[in-house]
Amino acid sequence: MSKSLRNVLIPILAVILGLIVGAIIMLISGYSPILGYTALWNGIFGDLYTIGETIRQITPYLLAGLAVAFAFKTGLFNIGVEGQLIVGWFAAAYVGFSFELPMYLHIPLAILAAGLAGGLWAFVPGILKARLGVNEVVVTIMMNYIALHITNALIRAIAGKDTSERIHETASLRNTFFEEITDYSRLHNGIFLALIAVVVIWFILEKTTLGFELKAVGFNQDASKYAGMNVKKNIVISMVISGFLAGLAGATEALGTFEYVSTKGGMTGIGFDGIAVAILGANNPLGVIFGATLFGALKYGSLNMPNEAGIPEEMVSIIIAIIIFFVACGFIFQLFLDKLSKKKEVK
Amino acid sequence: MKKSILSILSLLLVLGFVLVGCGKKEDDKQGASNNEGANNDAISIAMVTDTGGVDDKSFNQLAWEGLKAYGEENGLEKGDGGYDYLQSNTDADYVPNLNSLVRRDFDLIVATGFMLAEPIAEIADQKKDAKFVIIDSEVQKDNVASVMFKEQEASFLAGVAAALQTKTKKLGFVGGMESDVIERFETGFRAGVASVDPSIEVMINYTGSFGSPELGKAAANQMYTAGADIIFHASGGTGNGVFTEAVERKTADPNADVWVIGVDSDQYHLGKVNDDTNITLTSALKRIDVAINDVIKLTKEGNFPGGNTTTLGLAEDGVGLAETGGNLTAETLATVNEWKEKIVNGDLTVPGTYEELKSFEEQ
Repeated sequence: MSKSLRNVLIPILAVILGLIVGAIIMLISGYSPILGYTALWNGIFGDLYTIGETIRQITPYLLAGLAVAFAFKTGLFNIGVEGQLIVGWFAAAYVGFSFELPMYLHIPLAILAAGLAGGLWAFVPGILKARLGVNEVVVTIMMNYIALHITNALIRAIAGKDTSERIHETASLRNTFFEEITDYSRLHNGIFLALIAVVVIWFILEKTTLGFELKAVGFNQDASKYAGMNVKKNIVISMVISGFLAGLAGATEALGTFEYVSTKGGMTGIGFDGIAVAILGANNPLGVIFGATLFGALKYGSLNMPNEAGIPEEMVSIIIAIIIFFVACGFIFQLFLDKLSKKKEVK
Repeated sequence: MKKSILSILSLLLVLGFVLVGCGKKEDDKQGASNNEGANNDAISIAMVTDTGGVDDKSFNQLAWEGLKAYGEENGLEKGDGGYDYLQSNTDADYVPNLNSLVRRDFDLIVATGFMLAEPIAEIADQKKDAKFVIIDSEVQKDNVASVMFKEQEASFLAGVAAALQTKTKKLGFVGGMESDVIERFETGFRAGVASVDPSIEVMINYTGSFGSPELGKAAANQMYTAGADIIFHASGGTGNGVFTEAVERKTADPNADVWVIGVDSDQYHLGKVNDDTNITLTSALKRIDVAINDVIKLTKEGNFPGGNTTTLGLAEDGVGLAETGGNLTAETLATVNEWKEKIVNGDLTVPGTYEELKSFEEQ
């Protein structure tokens, strides 16, 4: 069997099997899988509004997944995308509501602020890892909490309440054309930002010396060092770019989806889901599109299952987790297919 | 080998199509049979929770129980045309959830929590025919009714009760996220305590979350160890951990002096140690269910209070102190009622912010 056919077949098989197991669980607990999946389908593709919202949900997943995947290429596990996203969100919103600038300056400045904030947040674990060999997983996890509580405190200090004022229209990524055709969904121009980022990151990784060095460090630090590469510098660069991308994800939330920043009782979850998105996409920038689409569609579509089919929220979480679980277990199917083909060959 | 894979794949595909195909039919059927036997006068009502979830044993749950009670009284069923709720898992879910309910044509849509203020403001402009109720925040739109509570008045009484019954002269306050609402709870409580005995120490701990019982348990552990005997929590689901800690201590040592004051709903059942013992001293009630029923009544009469803010305090019976179980002594209750009268008469204004608390304490 050809490799490309197999690459397409495995995710499809995985999704279908995930759906079937999900259906069995719904049946056992006394809910109709047919109603459930119809609701899921309608929640994703039901009409232009839901399609708009689905794409809106995919946008930050694309950037968060990209951030995780990029760091992973250099052998770094950036668990701090969540915190980098939160500081990016705050920075973009702050620039959005406190400056008055023409649109062509305001939007880029707000986005840049978000990226830099995220990059700064990732620089700390990066430099600690490079200079002192501190494990980046521990540092990035802790930086998430620091980000959450510092931004909460800043919002309350600046706004005097739990929600900041709305950003000025000159900083908004919303698009009246999208609003009109999708019945006021919050689909915004951030999706273009995310897709551009995918292409740029793919280009950096595949076509530039920097990308080659980053990947080389990921494969083998000693060999890279022997080959004359500056391993420490590459680790820091990789973390900062990863954080920059996470910050951009925050910018799409601040300037597109919400248009404000509010205090949070806990993590947004986007950064952590970004890890799954990156793994589903095999840490490949183009694969991230697949991972983010699947994740975003399931996450958003599943909101409609309690709404339309009356399936309880907890059940929905289980079903969605199972589908993702099967997709992530794609290699099991790979083994299965290999076994099948071997048997035939023996005959 | 290709054959065997193809056969598996086609089998799966067929299964998939069968599932999808059946879906359409079932869907049509369901759409036709919506709540036909319902009372004609009754209005349909649905709510969107904040991220605390519908079973937070506090704020959201109270609102949902209010909706359910209303629906059952009027012969409505859960679902379209009756009553329903949608749960928000993240902040991004508020707008789509509100939108889903608008599309399902509910007469009244309730949003619980200040986090939903901005989303409501956004949707209210887009869907001018829908009627919204926001709890705990103010939204100035013609199709939004805002309901606020004077939480400080209930927590003031809780503070008075705690100050009268403490033996160690040390009390605790566990807060959720820092916010205006919780600030009212805290300042009211501290003012109540200070009114009885300014020398009593109140330990303050904000956990930063409404959904983390483990943080609540840790905070309570710290306070009880430091000598506090009564802890008041205003922290949603986080407070469940405060109850757990107190119940554990009471189970280990039946003579331990540990009490918890609950919040929002009557949390007496959470303090049960065994059939004879309960460590819930009282609860600072916030009658969200009453508030929602008031709005429903007005809406039925054609007087939906859109654009208005209703603020409910002790005088309106919108807040209060629970007396379940009799853990408050008769003397305490008598004193509490004296203070209550002063507040209802307007002789006393309970501070609702830190600044007001400061000037209150100086008097």
